[in-house]
Amino acid sequence: MAKITEFPASAKFMHWLSALLIISMLFLGVSMIQSLATWQHTALQLHKSIGALVLVLVLIRLINRLFMQIPALPADLSAMQRFAAKASHIVLYALMLVIPLSGWLMQNAAGLTVSPFGILNLPSLIPANIKAYAVFRELHGLLTWSLFAVIVLHISAALHHGLIRQDSVLQSMLFRFKNK
Amino acid sequence: MSTSPNKKININKRYSLIFVVIAVLVFSFLYAAGLFGNKDVTAQDFVNLQQSAKPYFGFRRAHAKGVCLQGEFIANGALAPFSQSSLFQAGSNTFTGRFSIAGNNPLAPDLAAPVRSFALSFTTTDGEHWRTGMNTPPVVAVRTPEAFFEQLTALSPDPATGKPDPSKIKAFFQAHPESATFNHWKQQYQATSSFATEQYHSINAFYLIDAKGQRRAARWAAVPQATDKQPENAIANAGPDALQLELAARLAQQPVKFDLMFTLANQTDDETDPTVLWPDDREQVNAGTLVITQWQAQQDGTCNGITFDPLVLPKGIEATKDPILNARGAAYAESYRRRAKETLLQQTNQPQQGAH
Repeated sequence: MAKITEFPASAKFMHWLSALLIISMLFLGVSMIQSLATWQHTALQLHKSIGALVLVLVLIRLINRLFMQIPALPADLSAMQRFAAKASHIVLYALMLVIPLSGWLMQNAAGLTVSPFGILNLPSLIPANIKAYAVFRELHGLLTWSLFAVIVLHISAALHHGLIRQDSVLQSMLFRFKNK
Repeated sequence: MSTSPNKKININKRYSLIFVVIAVLVFSFLYAAGLFGNKDVTAQDFVNLQQSAKPYFGFRRAHAKGVCLQGEFIANGALAPFSQSSLFQAGSNTFTGRFSIAGNNPLAPDLAAPVRSFALSFTTTDGEHWRTGMNTPPVVAVRTPEAFFEQLTALSPDPATGKPDPSKIKAFFQAHPESATFNHWKQQYQATSSFATEQYHSINAFYLIDAKGQRRAARWAAVPQATDKQPENAIANAGPDALQLELAARLAQQPVKFDLMFTLANQTDDETDPTVLWPDDREQVNAGTLVITQWQAQQDGTCNGITFDPLVLPKGIEATKDPILNARGAAYAESYRRRAKETLLQQTNQPQQGAH
């Protein structure tokens, strides 16, 4: 079997799209919960819609991941680094699933329906309940800060691979525009 | 790999680059989250001011005292040509509601509050939600959340005297001539002896969206059908819960009804300005009757879990760019977040008797 050195284009595309959406959502989320500005209402609608999109995207990525061959980590990585790489990716996927889900649940707990882009009404998963709202609202916030921390680690590690070690890891997720 | 001095410098530059990228990312996120302060008034500032130094845990930070209501809205279909919401098609939808009084104290005497409110929450069979909080004044005093924050600050008790400072209040209203309509209402307003005999206003305007997607700005009001209007001193001896007792007695006899009246704006009316009244000759549409049949104490009542955020709107009603209206979303959410967490943790903060 030929050795794979980079991720398939589908995985790269979804990775960078997720990155763009999630980082925008993190900044939007922490700003909009404070803001009294007239953009706040629109931002909130957008936040819920994009949250639903991220949830769909991460499900597709997980399925995609099951069926694709992924490039191996460089042979000279320590066991510790291998473990950190694996663990951080599992945590990233878990948070990308659980954060939008906690947002959806907190809306339901507040007696509200999530309607991404006004296209459809997502089903209510739980009945309205103020204590459930407290749980999911606080989780949504705590997990968001955790996600930001793991993203910082992820970017630091990617840059370390790309700029310091100069191995194949960062390259494997970049688009190459070859002129051959 | 050789480690020549040049190579070493190069690596240091690369480390610096990584450091700068990460530092910028972390700093900008913390900045966005408000950890270095915020030049604008935030939802958290508002709720802090409203709840005062000693919040009543588990209660709403504004309009803390009230009762839950159950009832139905019987639409006559007259508003259906203006709004595509199924709520306005001839027929009926149940609602959860709340009568309340202004202020952060859930034990305040009913008759001391300057403002009374009527809030409604609908969930339609097609999964749409509509929440509205209506107040006795038809306008607010100011146009922006910043000015509203100044107003609340001026009206807050002075820490030294425990009472609002009249000179600050006077200075505030002088600096804000747009408050004239509000102050005029306040001077002529006579509180009545019942929640059922007050008129409640949406204050902010919204857009009604018809089936073709055309919009028309409108305000609405709950206009009482009860005809036994009396000044509030009729129940002056009924104790701190005078309005709640009156409501309970009234509902034991018969339902409490309001007409839901919509006022449609003309081209000349500014739908983004909640400080002005529109002229009396504007088209009025009676959309139907709000029929309240039951009430419950609020803490275990059906309305306790609901935040009456006026930006929760069904298809067929949309928010305008009114800055006061748009500021309400984040502030209501912050109040809800705090009391939900306190309810979950069963925190109590029993108010001292006589402190208020």
